[in-house]
Amino acid sequence: MPSVCFYFQVHQPMRLRHYTVFDNDQRYFDDYKNAAICRKVANKCYLPANRLLLKLIEKHRGRFRISYSLTGILLEQLQMYSPEVLSTFHALAQTGCVEFLAETYYHSLSFLYSRHEFVEQVKKHADTIEDLFGQRPKVFRNTELIYNNELALLVEAMGCFDAVITEGADHILGYRSPNFVYRPKGCKHLKLLLKNYSLSDDIAFRFSNRHWVEWPLTASKFSQWVNAVNGNGHVVNLFMDYETLGEHQWEDTGIFEFMRHLPEEVLKHPDNNFKTPSEVAASYEPIGEVDVRHMISWADTERDLSAWLGNPMQSNAIHELYRLEKQIKRANDEQILSDWRRLQVSDHFYYMCTKYFSDGDVHKYFNPYDSPYDSYINYMNVLDHLQRRCAGSSIQAVPRPSHADVSSMSVAN
Amino acid sequence: MGRNEEGEHIRVFMLGWEFPPFISGGLGTACYGLTRAMDQLGVKVTFVLPKTVESEYVTHVKLLSPRSCKTPGSHRSTDCDLTNVIFKTISSPLQAYATPESYNERLEESLRLRAEMGENQTGDDLDRGGDYGGDMYREIRRYATMAVRLARSEQFDVVHAHDWMTYPAGVAVAAVTGKPLVVHVHSTEFDRSGEHVNQVVYDIEREGMERAHKVITVSHYTRSIVISRYGISPEKVEVVYNGVERNGSWSVGEASIKREEKLVLFLGRITMQKGPEYFLHAAKKVLEVMDNVKFVMAGSGDLMYRSVELAAQLGIGHKVLFTGFLRGDDVRKIYQMADLYVMPSVSEPFGIAPLEALDNDVPVIISKQSGVSEVLRHALKVDFWDVNEMANKIVAVLRYPPLQMTLRNHGNFEVRKLRWKDAARQCASIYEQLLVPA
Repeated sequence: MPSVCFYFQVHQPMRLRHYTVFDNDQRYFDDYKNAAICRKVANKCYLPANRLLLKLIEKHRGRFRISYSLTGILLEQLQMYSPEVLSTFHALAQTGCVEFLAETYYHSLSFLYSRHEFVEQVKKHADTIEDLFGQRPKVFRNTELIYNNELALLVEAMGCFDAVITEGADHILGYRSPNFVYRPKGCKHLKLLLKNYSLSDDIAFRFSNRHWVEWPLTASKFSQWVNAVNGNGHVVNLFMDYETLGEHQWEDTGIFEFMRHLPEEVLKHPDNNFKTPSEVAASYEPIGEVDVRHMISWADTERDLSAWLGNPMQSNAIHELYRLEKQIKRANDEQILSDWRRLQVSDHFYYMCTKYFSDGDVHKYFNPYDSPYDSYINYMNVLDHLQRRCAGSSIQAVPRPSHADVSSMSVAN
Repeated sequence: MGRNEEGEHIRVFMLGWEFPPFISGGLGTACYGLTRAMDQLGVKVTFVLPKTVESEYVTHVKLLSPRSCKTPGSHRSTDCDLTNVIFKTISSPLQAYATPESYNERLEESLRLRAEMGENQTGDDLDRGGDYGGDMYREIRRYATMAVRLARSEQFDVVHAHDWMTYPAGVAVAAVTGKPLVVHVHSTEFDRSGEHVNQVVYDIEREGMERAHKVITVSHYTRSIVISRYGISPEKVEVVYNGVERNGSWSVGEASIKREEKLVLFLGRITMQKGPEYFLHAAKKVLEVMDNVKFVMAGSGDLMYRSVELAAQLGIGHKVLFTGFLRGDDVRKIYQMADLYVMPSVSEPFGIAPLEALDNDVPVIISKQSGVSEVLRHALKVDFWDVNEMANKIVAVLRYPPLQMTLRNHGNFEVRKLRWKDAARQCASIYEQLLVPA
């Protein structure tokens, strides 16, 4: 009896403005561009998708269940630029069929560089989610599904999580199937949920590809693939970016129609059901242990960290960033701390990737810069300014309107 | 590759410029690189170039002249590895990069020198085919007449002319022999003179392109100029990118001594087209935030003195060094010293120099108004007029070693993919298309 477990990642980076070595102010972010993109994606994806899923949940009276991971940096932007999206998320939370997952507030790579900062961000995120949606997250997913044994141990030691999520990468599973619950090596209670990347990517990447032999993908065809898991798996974990619905796969590809019919098609088989990650963890016992010594992620074909840390610029930028941690925290200035944390968003380092730059590909689609070099130069100029601000050296702090912290805001019903 | 209808190797009558070791810029480098690669493909090339007449008077510079070989007027290559190339020279004061104005100045100078020396040189004047004392346009026509005379004794399938001064010769040779004409556009009057276009030069270029069966441009940037400003029909214009002759260093550079002072290099002719003033304005901005930098302008040109003055005016005279024209080993040396190469060209049809810089492990900033920015990804790009951004990028490269390292490593690798062999193949396939009976 396979359970279908949907988890959508919802995130928008806060893009930097063009900042040269000659600039000397504290406006690091491109408010105009961030607002425009946030509203565009809200209209193409967040609003129509939220409304559709809300309808489906109501229609299936508790049998259709989903989960989200919303980054803090996204929530801040939604509050500023598209508060109506927050209202629809709030409505989804009220159905009782939607689970919200935990992650680092700033969609950061902090686990790799500062455990202390990592724990603080996870806590800040959990507080925010609880304030907004009235539930404290019980399942953790790390930025870009970056994972190894140590991450699982730390998450278990934090004492507030039942499960952790990562990529069902071939090289960690070998012959084993991602369609079961596992135990991370060294953990006693924590459970591990693995993404079924094959079925997930059928929706997220291949759905509109006309050269794909399975095109066009219909809800009934997809449901048959789910049914085929019957007897050799407990759960089908469909993890993907929420922007798949309407933004990566445009409305005219039929992606919304596909989603509209998927629940009823899946539920036609009496053994199938939908579960959220917490429910999966509660329903199934681990069938084995998974040992992940090296870092994995859900990115590119390599499923490693090379998209963020593959070249000397990326590694230099991130080391310089975390080297500032003590200094930043000693400064005891909310605005400085917030700016430093916003610079931790993993996208900044993704933009500096030279891996596929020569071929120009998916990386380019998400990149506001013409080249990885431009992105590094811009980032380093901002970081340099932040450092000087922090050192309090001769730069006069200019007061600017501070963006309200999301954790203290209210949502209209 | 490179066969004619009968399956024999194609023979090209090529009207070109400059051969080593006397190369003054990208045009000569391109002619040499392309011809060498064609030689390796087995294409037979008769390479025709003007023989500089100054060589008879100016003795401290060793120039290619009939005296350096035994049989005047015709000789095999001085490069002994060129087996399919025959060189023919036509006595003429034409030079790559000459303008009608510079031509007149130079001619007066050489006539004055001749008068001073008072020597009777008439013995060498026999092959000149008449008086060359007129202006440049007359000389270009005379060059065409001489080329036709030369072509009559040659066997070839196609005529290939490089840049505007040889277009009339190409047109004339093609007309007389009935062979197809290819003109190769390395630069246009719009690149050289901005909007102050010399109408006569423009007309010569336009006629050459119109009469040609194919127009080859060195970039899409230039292709669009050829189409939009010369009204040439797009299907006739093809892009063949230049390559780079690999002789870069693998060993040097990495272990170079850490110098306290950084060096930013401008290398090229100091002319309006190359944007020297933007380089200096950017230098001024860089020096506002960094002190340990020197700027080197290597090259000569009609804006050289203006640039020296401008540097002084900007108050950065002590930070800018002018080396004059560099060649051979000196170029290598300056590359080894440089931390960064900047090409701020206002309009650059291609731009071989940045490829050479990368080949020498020097990272580059290039203007977006250049053909080479179409083929280089691992370079920093700026609009030539945006001195603020140019300075921003210069500072970043000098300040952040990881940026320099990544640019250098990827750039050096990327340059290796740009080969003259590919350019020669493309030219050969264009010849083949022209030789197929319609």
